[in-house]
Amino acid sequence: MKKVMMGNHALSYGAMLSRAQVIAAYPITPQTQVVELLSEMCADKTLNAKFIKVESEHSAMAACIGASITGARTFTATSAQGLALMHELLHWASGGRLPVVMGNINRSMAPGWSIWTDQNDSLSERDTGWMQFYCASNQEVLDTVIQAFKVSETLAIPSMVILDAFTLSHTYEVVDIPDKAKVDEYLPPFKPPYRLTPDDPHAFNGLTSPEHYFELRYKLQKDMEKVPALIEETGREYEKLFGRYLGLVDDYLCDDAEIILVTSGTAGYTARVAVDELRGSGVKAGNLRMKVFRPFPFEVVQRILKRAKKVAVVDRNISYGHHGIFAQEVKSALYGQAGDIPVFGFIAGLGGRDITPASFREVVDYTLSHDIPEDNILWIGVKK
Amino acid sequence: MPKKKDAKKIVFQSADEMPMMPMSIGSMLYNKTGSWRNIRPEIRLEDCIQCGICWKFCPDMSIGIENELPVVDYDYCKGCGICAEECPVKCIVMVEERK
Amino acid sequence: MKKEKKMTLTLPVEEYAGSGNLACQGCGAGLAMRYFLKAMGPRTVLCIPACCWAVIDGPYPHSSLSVPIYHCAFEAAASTATGVKAGLEMVGDDKTTVVAWAGDGGTFDIGLQALSGAAERNDDILYVCYDNEAYMNTGIQRSSATPYGAWTTTTPVKFFKNQPKKDINAIMAAHRIPYQATASISYPEDLFKKAKKAKGVKGTRFLHIYAPCPTGWKSRPEDAVKLGRMVIQNCIFPLYEIEYGEKYTLNIKVKDKKPINDYLKLQGRFRHLKPDDIQIMQEEVDRNWARLLKKCEAS
Ligand SMILES: Cc1ncc(C[n+]2csc(CCOP(=O)(O)OP(=O)(O)O)c2C)c(N)n1
Ligand code: SF4
Ligand code: SF4
Ligand SMILES: [Mg+2]
Repeated sequence: MKKVMMGNHALSYGAMLSRAQVIAAYPITPQTQVVELLSEMCADKTLNAKFIKVESEHSAMAACIGASITGARTFTATSAQGLALMHELLHWASGGRLPVVMGNINRSMAPGWSIWTDQNDSLSERDTGWMQFYCASNQEVLDTVIQAFKVSETLAIPSMVILDAFTLSHTYEVVDIPDKAKVDEYLPPFKPPYRLTPDDPHAFNGLTSPEHYFELRYKLQKDMEKVPALIEETGREYEKLFGRYLGLVDDYLCDDAEIILVTSGTAGYTARVAVDELRGSGVKAGNLRMKVFRPFPFEVVQRILKRAKKVAVVDRNISYGHHGIFAQEVKSALYGQAGDIPVFGFIAGLGGRDITPASFREVVDYTLSHDIPEDNILWIGVKK
Repeated sequence: MPKKKDAKKIVFQSADEMPMMPMSIGSMLYNKTGSWRNIRPEIRLEDCIQCGICWKFCPDMSIGIENELPVVDYDYCKGCGICAEECPVKCIVMVEERK
Repeated sequence: MKKEKKMTLTLPVEEYAGSGNLACQGCGAGLAMRYFLKAMGPRTVLCIPACCWAVIDGPYPHSSLSVPIYHCAFEAAASTATGVKAGLEMVGDDKTTVVAWAGDGGTFDIGLQALSGAAERNDDILYVCYDNEAYMNTGIQRSSATPYGAWTTTTPVKFFKNQPKKDINAIMAAHRIPYQATASISYPEDLFKKAKKAKGVKGTRFLHIYAPCPTGWKSRPEDAVKLGRMVIQNCIFPLYEIEYGEKYTLNIKVKDKKPINDYLKLQGRFRHLKPDDIQIMQEEVDRNWARLLKKCEAS
């Protein structure tokens, strides 16, 4: 069935089709429609779940953690300040190996108050042990929620499904809603090996001395390393059932590209307009849209980028005192690879400033006219 | 819960042995807290009125009941002295622990 | 030796708290758990935030309790328990009692928001606060449950705590929860009865258990039970129940109210107090007691 819906509702549909059993959430612009629709779905029994209307995002994540350890499939959604308020609990979820799935709408962090998009909220949670999926269409949002549950539950690692504020969260697109029975086939009920129950009593998360803590973290990393292959595998499985492949990256005309624009989120589609224009004027350009950021898909990124002569990364985020975060990570992925490909790091669109085809033209002009970048950060559109 | 005598401290030798979740798989009975004691309770059973008060107030579940009489479990008794203090007929005395 | 009589046991013999745990000698928090679990039985899960009990239970991969525990974030006992309850129901278990078991810091201070949220929603959880009147796990710092006059490492004797203890029971009563009660480790039968009663009630229940801490109070371990008795007899910590925030029941009607001096004398944390300071404390106790009597009479 096809339906026109906003990105936020695509998250709700994803959670509903995945048969989330416990949802705990707190409203924040621009996430509110996610939970509004889910409360409706719970009320009219489209979804058989308990919806806990908590008094904060902190309690939302705590309740999700509590529900997940009992073996219930658990979902929440938040944005920016709400995500930051959850911060401690993100570690509790991943360290406790609980496959909570959360939608996060990328919104800029206050102050000053901003409800518009950039990625500093989710990227500030980079090292919490959550998987991060950056989406670029409402269809992808819906599909990714379902896939995220599957990957999360297989490896006991939580997932964040991320979309841009307004440019995706509030944008209406046609979305194909997968058949419920087929989703059930793809995503069987959650049956964790251990859970909180008097039938099999364990104390979870007890005081862990240096004798064992290290190994628990080693295990988390080892399981994280299994994610890329599992995403490709479950992505192909998804394609078989629903006709859409869900991979680690989405590459556009990269095969013979000499200059590759690396993007994430909705900016990816804008980049493609620029790529097409460049191709029209004889420049072999391509676009690599990073979908999965954690774990970082080193192998495919290396495989695709090492064919290029120049790489330009456009970041809608910044690590103050360093540079754009995707740029850092792409550089680290290319380190030691043959060819010593120059990576140009651009920062654009902080606080919801538009990233337009013209922004990409600027990116391309600079990249084409310089052998190496003159600076670690090349600013696009800032009034210097 | 394992039997007292086979209670052992669990130390994993490799990450593979560890369950995926950070969770307990054994009891604390390996931890013989009797070694914390400086003074030990001794019960003069001939004076005991079987009121059960020492059993009731022991914070360490270290007073058992055998043949309707209290028995101290010296493996775990921490020597807090509550039993002696609360015994209404003062038939429990705390004596210096011989180390 | 054999005696004709049987031992008098006023509580069930089943133990769900085990020996070998890491509680200090004479720890009231240990006793509180022991009695509480006797009342709860095996179909219980505990959510324990950071507090002494997070350590007492024992290090990974061991546990001294025979009921399951979820160790959770310091400020999140109530919200975690809410999630556990919802989760258990969704996986088909509506029999298990879900308990949040927290210290005074985790209840009166950092966990108060989550507790208030759960209580306002009347989530079906049993919240227990064992109160040792300071942050003991981190080395005896003041909490808002620390009484006036007390020394802690953050309220040194020259600047002893200058504010009275927060009235958490009034705060909980303001949420109109179906059942709440105070209890002391020195009245185990009363504690047991209240825990049983709380277990049978649906909605948010709150137990506030007085749990002397020899280490933090600078008292003798053997005095722990005595101290827990004295606070009832001098009316510092009266035993009472509240239903729906309105119906107050006094469980021990103290006739011959003892002065607080003897109680204070047994604890190093009050050693520095001058007669004037003690007078201030006594007046506070008298006022609280009179107020409680009035509430009990009114309902
Ligand atoms: C967010 C956070 N802040 C601070 C701490 C440090 N901390 C751990 S336990 C504790 C005090 C606990 O006091 P209380 O709740 O009274 O329990 P008690 O230790 O006295 O039994 C503190 C401050 C923490 N674990 N988490
Ligand atoms: S001294 Fe304390 S721990 Fe030992 S038996 Fe008596 S009450 Fe129990
Ligand atoms: S510090 Fe106090 S509360 Fe904590 S274990 Fe020791 S006696 Fe018990
Ligand atoms: Mg405390």
